[in-house]
Amino acid sequence: MSLEVDLRKKLAEFNLDIRFSCGEEIISILGASGAGKSMLLKSIAGLVRPDEGRVVLNGRTIYDSAANVFATPQQRRIGFLFQNYALFPHLTVAQNIAFGLGRLDKEARRRRVMEMLEKFHIVELKDRYPPQISGGQQQRVALARTMAVDPEILLLDEPFSAVDVYLKNQLQKEMFDFLKQFSGPALFVTHDIDEAYRLSDRILVLHRGKVEAMEDKANLFRRPPTLAGARITGCRNLAAYTRLNEYEIEVEDWGNIRLHSEQAVPLERGFVGIRSHHLYQIETADQVNGFPVWIADTSDAPFRMTFYLKIGAPPASPEDYHLCWEVARPRRQAILDRTPPFYVQLDPAALFYMND
Amino acid sequence: MNFDFSPALISIKVTLIATAVVFCIGLATAWRMANYRGRWQGLLDSILTLPLVLPPTVVGFGLLLLIGKRGPIGCFFRIFDVNIVFSWYAAVLAATVVSFPLMYKTAKAAFEQVDANILDAARTLGVSEWELFWKITVPLAWPGIAAATTLSFARSLGEFGATLMVAGSIPGKTATIPIAIYFATSGGDMRSALIWVIIIFAISLSVMVANNYWERYQIALRQGRLLNKSMKGSKG
Repeated sequence: MSLEVDLRKKLAEFNLDIRFSCGEEIISILGASGAGKSMLLKSIAGLVRPDEGRVVLNGRTIYDSAANVFATPQQRRIGFLFQNYALFPHLTVAQNIAFGLGRLDKEARRRRVMEMLEKFHIVELKDRYPPQISGGQQQRVALARTMAVDPEILLLDEPFSAVDVYLKNQLQKEMFDFLKQFSGPALFVTHDIDEAYRLSDRILVLHRGKVEAMEDKANLFRRPPTLAGARITGCRNLAAYTRLNEYEIEVEDWGNIRLHSEQAVPLERGFVGIRSHHLYQIETADQVNGFPVWIADTSDAPFRMTFYLKIGAPPASPEDYHLCWEVARPRRQAILDRTPPFYVQLDPAALFYMND
Repeated sequence: MNFDFSPALISIKVTLIATAVVFCIGLATAWRMANYRGRWQGLLDSILTLPLVLPPTVVGFGLLLLIGKRGPIGCFFRIFDVNIVFSWYAAVLAATVVSFPLMYKTAKAAFEQVDANILDAARTLGVSEWELFWKITVPLAWPGIAAATTLSFARSLGEFGATLMVAGSIPGKTATIPIAIYFATSGGDMRSALIWVIIIFAISLSVMVANNYWERYQIALRQGRLLNKSMKGSKG
């Protein structure tokens, strides 16, 4: 079970230029909106024709511009789950599932539909129409319809973007349990970092039509290889650095501070990053990478709080800050009560380096 | 009283045939154009819509050039010794051309309303384009297609100018209701004219009203409102 993708296509804003391969695994495709994620899925499914390249699914060439091969979506055996599920509103749930089974005889079709209804626990919905059932039920029907035709690969285009938060967690869990059983590659498009992390082992970061990174998720979050990759994975503390020696850098944008790093500094000049939960409050400034900070601004979330910190001097305005620092809510008041400055440490083991 | 009912029969014959022809050609053209994204899109669309805005006399003149003795279509049919001008075929042709844009425009808008993802979903399920058209596109666009057909029917029934030019007003042969009204009025027979006016008024109005109600029913059906209601009813 494998998929090899090598695609190029001119788009209005940028060019799609993507190359990757994967086996029987779940891969999240993470990128900002308009990064070309949906276009990539549609190109693999044959719903959009790329300008050039090659797509090989389980050893079968389904697209090859050089050999003039272009299998229609009908011939590709690719399961596609759409953002809004794209159920046929004028057909019942059972008819929706049976829709791709035209080649089977009546009895075999009925059995297959029943099997799918049972597998996805929607037997009691079989005579209902899609507008009459809930979002979660629609997702199950869409999965059942896709799986009925026994696809070799699954493409999922932001399947949770249209559901409420409280339903989202439950649907994600259902989807994850389902994907684990699926034998074949599954590509899962999202712009939600948590979702990507939860649902897949490897993550492909897409930025303006190009693959910025494709890595094991833990690695990717620990050490994103590029600036765009760091931004897309939610890192907010990024700045240019100059190397002083093998384990020390100077960061001009963070108030000309010198930082010690556990990892050897790779380049003369580049970008350094640290995630906002890798700053620690300390009592005195004499520890390694410890600095006096002032609070420039704060922002609230239900369970976490972000402080915008300025290193070395009081801020002139709320926009005058160097670092974002995230703490759990209960600690909020203790920090706000302190008279500035207080001290934070930038974890020397958590610094990571990127190319542009 | 010797009232000649032949215009009614001619009108119904001409209108039904013209509507059937327009339904097929208009639907096919609308489908083709709804998916066409080429350079000539704007120009083609304008040409196909033109008969809607041109004076009927211009359409009539153009048709005469085509089906007249020296016109390409006229020449072709002369091989079979058939003369189209001033026959009821010409009336069908005039009604078809004039009502085509209504069918084309309305059906095209209906096709464009169909969610592209739904069609793509059907494609990935392995369903052929032909099957997809009849099982998904047409049912989903059906309220719009029905409206398009009604409008074309009404327009065909009311066609006067181009018909008069290419089919004339031969009583019992090509004289449709609108033509009968014109000649009755100009001949001072206001009583006959009034009867035809009332008849055509009644037909057009009832077709449009029926269509409106039907469309509302269809939309309600699509949104699942009626289905919900009937299900609650059957449970209780």
